[in-house]
Amino acid sequence: MDLIDQFRRANAGQFHPIEDYQGRDARWCVGCGDHTILTALLRLCRDEQLPPEKTVFVSGIGCSSRMPHYLKTYGFHGLHGRALPVAEGIAIRRPDLHVIVSTGDGDCCSIGAGHWIHAIRYNMNMTVLMHDNCVYGLTKMQASPTSPQGLKSNTSPRGAVLAPLNPLITALSVSNASFVAQAPDWIPDILYSIIAQGFRHKGFSFIRILQRCPNFLPDLFDPLLQDPTKTLVLTHPNGIQLDESSARIYRNHFAHDPADMNRARELASNPDITPVGVLYRNEQVPCYEDLRRLGQSFTPAMIGHALDKEFDKFTVQPQCHEGSALDDLELEACALSGSNDRTVPASGGLHR
Amino acid sequence: MTQHNPLNGRAFSSDGKHPVELSEHIVEVISDSGEGAQKCAQSFATVAAKMGNGVWTVEIIPAEIQPPARSMAGASGNRIRLGSHRVTNGGDQADLVVAFNEQVLLGRLHEIKPGGIILLENKWAGDPDAGIAQSYLEVLQRLQRDGFRAHEVPMEEECRKCVPDARRGKNMFVLGLLNRIYGQDLEISRQQVVQAFGKKAEKLVDSNLKLLEAGYRWAEDHLDFQFFIPPAGITEPQIVVNGNTALALGIMASGMEVCAMYPITPATSASHYLSEAFEKVGGLVHQAEDELAACCFAIGASYAGKCAVTITSGPGYALKQEALGLACMAEIPLVVVNVQRGGPSTGQPTKVEQGDLLSACFGSQGDAPKVVLAAASIEDCFHLMIAARKIAETYRLPVVVLSDANLATAQQPFPRPKFQEEWVAPPIDQSPVSEGAAPYDWDARTGLSERFIPGRPGGMHTLTGLAHDRNSCVAYGPEANEEAIRHRSLKLVALQHSLKPPRVHGAAQGELLIVGWGSTRGAIEEAVDRLHAGGLAVSSLHLTFIQPLHGGLKEILTKFTKVMVVEGNWSDRLDDELVNEENRRYSDLGWLLRARFLIDMDCWGEVKGQPIKPGAIEAAARLRLGKTDRQTA
Repeated sequence: MDLIDQFRRANAGQFHPIEDYQGRDARWCVGCGDHTILTALLRLCRDEQLPPEKTVFVSGIGCSSRMPHYLKTYGFHGLHGRALPVAEGIAIRRPDLHVIVSTGDGDCCSIGAGHWIHAIRYNMNMTVLMHDNCVYGLTKMQASPTSPQGLKSNTSPRGAVLAPLNPLITALSVSNASFVAQAPDWIPDILYSIIAQGFRHKGFSFIRILQRCPNFLPDLFDPLLQDPTKTLVLTHPNGIQLDESSARIYRNHFAHDPADMNRARELASNPDITPVGVLYRNEQVPCYEDLRRLGQSFTPAMIGHALDKEFDKFTVQPQCHEGSALDDLELEACALSGSNDRTVPASGGLHR
Repeated sequence: MTQHNPLNGRAFSSDGKHPVELSEHIVEVISDSGEGAQKCAQSFATVAAKMGNGVWTVEIIPAEIQPPARSMAGASGNRIRLGSHRVTNGGDQADLVVAFNEQVLLGRLHEIKPGGIILLENKWAGDPDAGIAQSYLEVLQRLQRDGFRAHEVPMEEECRKCVPDARRGKNMFVLGLLNRIYGQDLEISRQQVVQAFGKKAEKLVDSNLKLLEAGYRWAEDHLDFQFFIPPAGITEPQIVVNGNTALALGIMASGMEVCAMYPITPATSASHYLSEAFEKVGGLVHQAEDELAACCFAIGASYAGKCAVTITSGPGYALKQEALGLACMAEIPLVVVNVQRGGPSTGQPTKVEQGDLLSACFGSQGDAPKVVLAAASIEDCFHLMIAARKIAETYRLPVVVLSDANLATAQQPFPRPKFQEEWVAPPIDQSPVSEGAAPYDWDARTGLSERFIPGRPGGMHTLTGLAHDRNSCVAYGPEANEEAIRHRSLKLVALQHSLKPPRVHGAAQGELLIVGWGSTRGAIEEAVDRLHAGGLAVSSLHLTFIQPLHGGLKEILTKFTKVMVVEGNWSDRLDDELVNEENRRYSDLGWLLRARFLIDMDCWGEVKGQPIKPGAIEAAARLRLGKTDRQTA
């Protein structure tokens, strides 16, 4: 937003400074990558001037999922693994709301993995930050689906036996994937640009954030932190671009067109590189809520009218059969009549 | 008005065969799956309703989609009980059965009255497979030996005179046959056929009309009996749907806009109809990736403004429990429909049982108070959805509506509802929140508080499934936790104060009171009427509100010497060797009422997968009145 505009809004009392979005004091560990993600989100709210009452941060359970408490918008801190279906429900009939989800590697890739796959397929308009610290933090050091093979944890004391799940490849493989990106928590500008790109994308923006856990996996990202050239920055006019100073530090960059799915998959699946940036973006994938939108609102009178039409389909108008010819006939004590008549309730009986 | 035979203009009895007038009859039409017995039976029921009869239909469905032909387990069709009064259940044994082969009949012989009429397709007698022909003859002989009045009907032979592929047309032939037997107006049946096939092709309508008339004529020429069931005096327009369609119509009428579901038997047909019709009132059916996601999706939609509904059956309900706890904790309105089936586990998907009452009341994590309602009729299925939405929004909690496989597939006409605008949910509240208000400003007396819906300026807060205080701040303090639990609990207390005592069926005092809930209502009340007619001081009470329970119940219960709960779930039988009053597992409602009222009461039920019959309840009550504690099923 340009400065003049900011100034104008501030004078009109409409401008929301960062403080308007600050919630309770963050209680993550010192050095936790979640702090920088919160900072990026506060900046996003301010820069996009999101109306606080029209913004909903949704999360599941885990360290990452504490996020909504630290923002002064609407927030929904729900169940472990279930952030995405809740967010879908919120978004389905409320296109006026901005929905941003914080989830973790346990929340998203393990207990909520089924929802994750389908959320990508629904492609509803929301921004999803998957804080991936490759370990369970809140429950104190258990291996997660993205933990490196061999990781010694409380549930894998002799080392995790399985190879980790690759969230990028997984996301890129689901039909209707429309925005897949990866960001490191320790490069604030890049992190912010990627989140902002995701936010502005119309559709389901999945951003895997490499997130440091100083308590349980302090050394995990050391190679990347110590040697900036180990990070491959993906740049493109349709993705993120580096300013001069960043470009000097992160000299290993690569022009990647986010429209190129094959290249995106190659980059994501190469174990020797850590790509950072927008891997894939497709603005053409329709959003589920748009496919299901009816394009009009319904008044009670309209509901009543439509309901009456439905009732018509099932309505039976009993026809008058009074004074039937049978009244003139004698009722035969036929053996066929069986013993039906003992079952007649008080109001029943023969209408003779 | 004189009833004319529409084929030849003669009155019914001009041939000298006098129709027998009856107050009711139970008819079954059964065939292999795919032969159309259900369509025939449902059309017959609709014609009966149009003739002014009381009607109740019960589906007879095999568990498999394509069971083997000519098998006992493959019987598919309907039971129709029609009467000269309002019919509230499927009754006991059938009076007349039409069977398309002898095998589907074999599995249902115990459901037919001694001496009952059986109309059996006779083409099997000449089947080229000697085994089939033999089987047919053996069954026919057995029917005659056992005293049934078996009539062979050349369905295939007669149908082939009208259409080339008789297997597809027999059902309309049988409809005509039944129309004639019950003296129904063939013109109404003709309209049914036109309505049913009209969309497809004129040719189809023509051939089906021919079949219909052929059946009518064949019965006229070959059957020496005819019945007349006088109309029930119903003159108001009636809606004829099954319980699941009634649920769906109720959802549409309630103003709910989102239904999130996952396919499960026997609940899904409600969503089928809703998928077709919901958009006409601005609604949306979301088929989620699983049951829990469906529940969470509904919770999200509710949280964002308007109460949503999720529909399921027992196994799905178990999966939703996690999310239901969240809705209780965070006080999010939600309507959950559980169309119960046999359990536990996958159990009996297509069968009738009432086994989810306690899990509906007490499932999920910790103390999660929610409202539980039970539909007792098709009409209830409609109106309870409107009530459930209102309660959910007023009290900020999940409302569980229990139906079951019996109501799901049964049809019973009910008075056509007149739409009222107040049924519909109000528009989403987007007004600013007043200064200083908190998201859980619990009223000290009722536990109620105002909802802060996203979009309301000044209401920003983070809803959480963690323990929280009035400000929605995570709070683990001992006082804060108790305060929240107390207020969530008070909401049920407050609701209970608004509930009137249910009406006692029969006298207000007596020797035995039968208490029930859900789809057993018709059968229980019919049993009570029979017992009463037999000079016994028996009444019954049917509960719609299970949690909280209606007010005034204790006063009713104490007016009777004995109380017996009747429901479709298991209670240990006292004649099992190891069972005694210290270890007996009571039926679901039995547990609830004993705990609530400290009144000794017996319980009785069946878990045979079928609707409980009035005769079985009558027998159980007689045993109980015979001062025996021994039970027989």
